[in-house]
Amino acid sequence: MRKCSLENINSVFAKIAEKAALYLPVDGDDGKASFTKWAEGKEWSDALNTVRSPKDFFFPQVEDLMRFKTEGKNIEITDIREESEDFVIFGVRGCDVKSFDILDRVFLSAPVDSYYASRREHGIIVSVACTRPSETCFCKSFGIDPAAPAGDVTCRKCEKELFWQANTEKGEALLKSIEEYTEECSSEAVDAVTEKINKIMAKLPLAGLDTKAFGGGKTKEFFDRPEWAELSEACLGCGTCTFVCPTCQCYDIKDFNTGNGVIRYRCWDSCMYSEFTKMAHGNNRLTQKERFRQRFMHKLVYYPENNDGLFSCVGCGRCLSRCPISMNIVKVMKKLGGEN
Amino acid sequence: MNKYDETLIPMIGVITDVRIDTPDIKTFRVVTPDGKKAFDHRPGQCAMLSVPGVGEAMFSITSSPTNEEYMEFSIKKCGCVTDWLHQAEVGQQITIRGPYGNPFPVDDVFAGNNMLFIAGGVGLAPLRSVINYCRHFRDRYGKIDIVYGSRSKEDLLDYQEIIDEWTKDENVNVYLTIDREQEGWGGHVGFVPNYVKELGFDTDKIAVLCGPPIMIKFTLEGLASLGFEKTQVYTTLELRMKCGVGKCGRCNVGSKYVCKDGPVFRFDEIDELPDEY
Amino acid sequence: MQKVTREQLIERAAALFADGTVSSVLGWKRGEFDYDITPAVFESAEELEKEFVWNDFCGANFSKYLVSKTVKAEEKILVFLKPCDTYSFNQLLTEHRFDREKVYAVGIPCEGMADIEKIKKITGEGIAKIECGEKLAVTTIYNDAPVPVDPSDVLAERCANCKSKKHVAYDELIGDEGEVVSSARFDEVEKLEAMTPDERFAFWQGELSRCIRCNACRDACPACTCEVCVFNNPRSGVENKAPANSFEEKMFHIIRAFHVAGRCTDCGECSRVCPQNIPLHLLNRKFIKDMNECYGEYQAGEEVGTKAPLVDYTTEDLEPGEVFDRRDTDA
Repeated sequence: MRKCSLENINSVFAKIAEKAALYLPVDGDDGKASFTKWAEGKEWSDALNTVRSPKDFFFPQVEDLMRFKTEGKNIEITDIREESEDFVIFGVRGCDVKSFDILDRVFLSAPVDSYYASRREHGIIVSVACTRPSETCFCKSFGIDPAAPAGDVTCRKCEKELFWQANTEKGEALLKSIEEYTEECSSEAVDAVTEKINKIMAKLPLAGLDTKAFGGGKTKEFFDRPEWAELSEACLGCGTCTFVCPTCQCYDIKDFNTGNGVIRYRCWDSCMYSEFTKMAHGNNRLTQKERFRQRFMHKLVYYPENNDGLFSCVGCGRCLSRCPISMNIVKVMKKLGGEN
Repeated sequence: MNKYDETLIPMIGVITDVRIDTPDIKTFRVVTPDGKKAFDHRPGQCAMLSVPGVGEAMFSITSSPTNEEYMEFSIKKCGCVTDWLHQAEVGQQITIRGPYGNPFPVDDVFAGNNMLFIAGGVGLAPLRSVINYCRHFRDRYGKIDIVYGSRSKEDLLDYQEIIDEWTKDENVNVYLTIDREQEGWGGHVGFVPNYVKELGFDTDKIAVLCGPPIMIKFTLEGLASLGFEKTQVYTTLELRMKCGVGKCGRCNVGSKYVCKDGPVFRFDEIDELPDEY
Repeated sequence: MQKVTREQLIERAAALFADGTVSSVLGWKRGEFDYDITPAVFESAEELEKEFVWNDFCGANFSKYLVSKTVKAEEKILVFLKPCDTYSFNQLLTEHRFDREKVYAVGIPCEGMADIEKIKKITGEGIAKIECGEKLAVTTIYNDAPVPVDPSDVLAERCANCKSKKHVAYDELIGDEGEVVSSARFDEVEKLEAMTPDERFAFWQGELSRCIRCNACRDACPACTCEVCVFNNPRSGVENKAPANSFEEKMFHIIRAFHVAGRCTDCGECSRVCPQNIPLHLLNRKFIKDMNECYGEYQAGEEVGTKAPLVDYTTEDLEPGEVFDRRDTDA
């Protein structure tokens, strides 16, 4: 384990940024942090969570897939894919690091999504342990330890110092590159911080949220539950929950005519949208109740069924703080799984 | 460039023949620009066809894999992409990618069995691939019965092929029906589910169904009344799809993705799915 | 602090249940914390007693829900309306978007709603409890003693710039009627107007580039009640889910602002629900301000049946050319 002084952190960032683009949470004018490319003068924000999750780095809101030129009856297809350049994401929280595992199981299973894979291979993740979790946090329910987040490197903040611990080869290489700014140290200070975080975690209002009622093989148990009607009653059918969610990965593929050819692009889509499943001859989910149910059944039953029991939620709490009507997965879990 | 193959990037296909099948269905023959079949497939599998600038959509490959020269798609005019395709002429290039989905188990479960194919309307398109596969390897299968119905005689897909080839095969029985009486039609009149019950098939066979949801529902009831088990009956589902490989989330029903885990399902498997397909 | 209490509202609703006036109540339902309130339909006085809340976090405007809730309704639904909600209520009636006969509207005075994000800026994250009173007593998991927060320091933007405490529609009013108040709601618009075009472009570019196209603004907006929005309709030619380029990013919001111009009551739901904190209400307010200046004061929803300036021709109307000239002299 190595440590550096927080006073010095911008020199460390400068060193990292010499070799690869460095992104980290920076507070915006509206007081909300968002992942921003580091440059001299940008200050790392201590905010717990960014509004948009870091899934954007691997699965951006919009990306071009290919281009077409058409002339008469002929079509020319241009593969516009480029190998991603190396980049570092610093300051990723434990919940968001876990979300990459969940996305990987979708995008890296055969056939591999090459757009995602290229960025994933070139991205280095530096996580930072949470020291001030919020009332909306419930990562523990999904087996995530906010004091020991995964990633290529795990960082922990203790008063005036930042402790660095490499977990992978990529992480070792990164630490090597900033060696001149860090010094070898023991883990005692970190242990004290971990203990402090654990005490806070126990005090969180959602600390007792239990997932054991859910999981694969429970489609029949939950699908026809009458509570879906009440839970979805006020749902506006917007896509906020799906778009701020670090694990939601549904997408649409669309063509855009530039006037000088066609760009086929991919963009985020939401199962909450009324036309998500609409076909020329019908729509298999006609009501918001069905669409609402799909989202939560997918996270709590369908995804785990296909992925060794892994839930497709990391308890980051973004949907809790962002839903316009304050309906969210916690309320769904409590209602359907019984009060905890 | 990128080191992986990318399934979302299609290849170019050329329409080499357009056959007008019914007032709203045309069958398109597609090959690569150098005149070859775009890729191999199994009966029941699908392909994504697209018209750049218009969109991309999933279609079942109606030609049999035993046809090594080209692929055919029978397409009903019902949306943006299909409207456009219906205006396309021979020589028009489109894009094609695939094959996608699980095929019918023609070489294991179906082999050695009597087969009953039941289709309604454009539902014959995916079954034609299996039927012609079974006809090609005729000795691998027992008796073949085909019940096919549509609104009118004009709406019967592949009518010429049915009359010229299928009905002439030995040990293949074709039962055609149309919904209403029509001048010049001497055959059976009535809906497919009722016709299946009238014909009263023995249960010593595997049934394969495809057609509009209402036809599927009543035919399934009819087969059950004849004593068929759900494990003996197969169908192929259709839902909106974008990626074709179980990632975009659109065709997700329960824990299954129709594009990847289907489109072919046995009815006892469908019973396990939540009722929203 | 709100002047009428939760108990007063429940008591009145219970009476209306009991005498058969209404069979359901559209109200606010308590959440996990003290601030995350969900609109809900209550079917009985017992349900209200259990989960209904009325406090400083009941921001959601119920008017739009009446469009879907009155379609199937056979009996009357009671809806609680804050003063600003009544303007949306009237505007929807003007547009014949719901069945007035199916609604029993109860006006309730409002002292302004709190913005939880503003509270968190004072107290930090980790809210454990908020007690509403003269002061909001906010307890977090990081401090044992409640932190007193002055409600006027944490008012939602739209409440800090409240335009009216008067109800313009109701069947019955609980508490005292208020007045139309003078507000500073156009101050921010004036700041934008004072910018050079380049500065203004940069401002909106910066704000709108954060848009994730979740459509929350549109879906919460009481003026956006099209059965199928053009942006959802593949046949419209402008359907899109995410901006294909930076032009489309702005297009969605600008088209929407144009579409609701003259119908927007400035209820502020768009900015309240935006997960990215984009000040969308400023687009609408600019339109309102311009219409006031060009065609005379007009408040959408003030009365049922009025015609908005943009759809009501009078011979005194400013000619388009004059509007253009005025823009030049302003710049």
